Amino acid sequence: MKRTQRSLLARFGRFSALTVLALSLAGVTACGSKETSSGTAPAAGDGAKPAASAKPVELLNVSYDPTRELYVSFNKAFQAYWKKEKGQDVTFKQSHGGSGKQGRSVIDGLEADVVTLALAYDIDAVQKAGLIEAGWEKELKDNASPYTSTIVFLVKKGNPKGIKDWDDLIKPGVQVITPNPKTSGGARWNYVAAWGYAYQKNNKDEAKAKEFVQALYKNVPVLDSGARDSTTTFVQRGIGDVLIAWENEAYLSINEFGKDKYEIVTPSVSVLAEPPVAVVDKVVDKKGTREVAKAYLEYLYSEEGQEIAAKNYYRPRLESVAKKYENQFSKVNLFTINDEPFGGWTKTQTTHFNDGGIFDQIYKP
Amino acid sequence: MAKAWKERSILPGFGLSMGYTVMYLSLIVLFPLSAIFIKTSGMGWDKFWETILDPRVIAAYKISFGTAFGAALINSIFGFIVAWVLVRYQFPGRKLVDALVDLPFALPTAVAGIALTTIYSQNGWIGSLLEPHGIKIAFTPLGIMLALTFIGIPFVVRTLQPVMEELDKEVEEAAVSLGAGRWRTFTKVIFPALFPSLLTGFTLAFARAVGEYGSVVFISGNMPMKTEIAPLLIMTKLEQYDYAGATAIALVMLVISFITLLIINLLQWRANRHVTSA
Repeated sequence: MKRTQRSLLARFGRFSALTVLALSLAGVTACGSKETSSGTAPAAGDGAKPAASAKPVELLNVSYDPTRELYVSFNKAFQAYWKKEKGQDVTFKQSHGGSGKQGRSVIDGLEADVVTLALAYDIDAVQKAGLIEAGWEKELKDNASPYTSTIVFLVKKGNPKGIKDWDDLIKPGVQVITPNPKTSGGARWNYVAAWGYAYQKNNKDEAKAKEFVQALYKNVPVLDSGARDSTTTFVQRGIGDVLIAWENEAYLSINEFGKDKYEIVTPSVSVLAEPPVAVVDKVVDKKGTREVAKAYLEYLYSEEGQEIAAKNYYRPRLESVAKKYENQFSKVNLFTINDEPFGGWTKTQTTHFNDGGIFDQIYKP
Repeated sequence: MAKAWKERSILPGFGLSMGYTVMYLSLIVLFPLSAIFIKTSGMGWDKFWETILDPRVIAAYKISFGTAFGAALINSIFGFIVAWVLVRYQFPGRKLVDALVDLPFALPTAVAGIALTTIYSQNGWIGSLLEPHGIKIAFTPLGIMLALTFIGIPFVVRTLQPVMEELDKEVEEAAVSLGAGRWRTFTKVIFPALFPSLLTGFTLAFARAVGEYGSVVFISGNMPMKTEIAPLLIMTKLEQYDYAGATAIALVMLVISFITLLIINLLQWRANRHVTSA
């Protein structure tokens, strides 16, 4: 009798260990973004005091997909700089995924010291949740976006369809690959670039711009859910004649799959994509990491930070670095999301991409 | 109340294990599901109906449940055959084939999606062979069904295998000795004994397929009204930080799934009774 009881208890103990395991697994898989650590784990990451004491500190940078390589090299650079400057060891955790999903992870409690996302709209959402103080876009220079990019076309080598500018994308028989603006932040930049081009070309006629974008999406046979998926569709499955992509992604594709297979076409007009960065106030105050988090973002604007951005095919802000890399990037007339007719991301999201917005009206297969 | 149960139960530790079971199920299943109700209750009734009765959402439900049902049906037929071969025949490489069945369990769904799309898209190995005959698989509901069939097959095979192993040879022999042909032995003796577990396998494959997202978004092409699955619409709502709208769609899926499972369970119960009384 006694023995059964004991064995039951023992079993119970084993089961509760299993429960803990299951729960922790659920916790881990619940945020399906990929985290990578760089550097060695700190002895005591929690509650590190502001840098007066040179206790090691750990920062979590929650970012979007195409910045992985950029931040791997930037983190190394900042690590060395901070060690020299303050004598403090910084280690990093990076998390990458779709911009919107990453924003939601932070809102739901992922303790990011800094967010470096694709759209101001996603950081605004984190602000609305009360984690970031209002006015974050003024905290750092250039709308708080240290590096920029633009939207270009990737075509097969030799450009068999003769694609030179946006107008060539609405010709019959041209298949355009671009992801779904409802699920992808990058896709929204693509859409805005096309809209802005048509708006300028037709003397600020919104109706004409709508017609143009509608004709463009008529030529889209597949709407992948993310920018990387669209790249896969175009490059690996050979579907479509032209891929609309971020400039830095287009360069990465060419490096990966060979200059002999694809080439980049820069249109006459495009949008200045400004991926913003911000310190997550609530988290850094709790962890006592404000000073180092702020320095981390500011270092993106330094000569070394700008150099690393340019090496990863983001357009640098700093004049001296921009000059050095000017042959890498084609000249293009750029407008921003704050220009006519857009008026910022929040307004654009409501008008164009929310349910019942303009995209839903024009995209009917 | 516990006393009455206790007297009937021989084993001690009922209170502890029952309490533990309830806690475990609450933590893992009930609390997360109740969160769906709570989040949805933030929107008014009007908004709720408007969200879930939107033509695009209805089309997505049809696609999600229809393709999941089709995939579970295909799996029931072919999974049955696979399980039968694995249990009843000895052949070289049997262990390998047996291990292959589990592969869809182990593979990350996104990987499955990319692989299937690569093979079945118009330029892939199989897709390019079918293209001239006017058969398109990738970026059509057929492609969605294919992905769901892929992820569902282990459920049917693994549910049927142990039951097939338990089947009495004597019963079949008796049937044959009483003059039944092979086909009749199968339909009258073997199949009724296996039917309840086949239903279980079907249910598991179906339930798994309804909520599948990772492998489908690659092969579906995500065309509104045509190949958008309900989980994708949930994702688009979340992209707009519209938590209430997302959970409203999820809630409807939950209710439909629950009713479907209930009906299948009832069928199973009847089938079981039929077998035991026969």
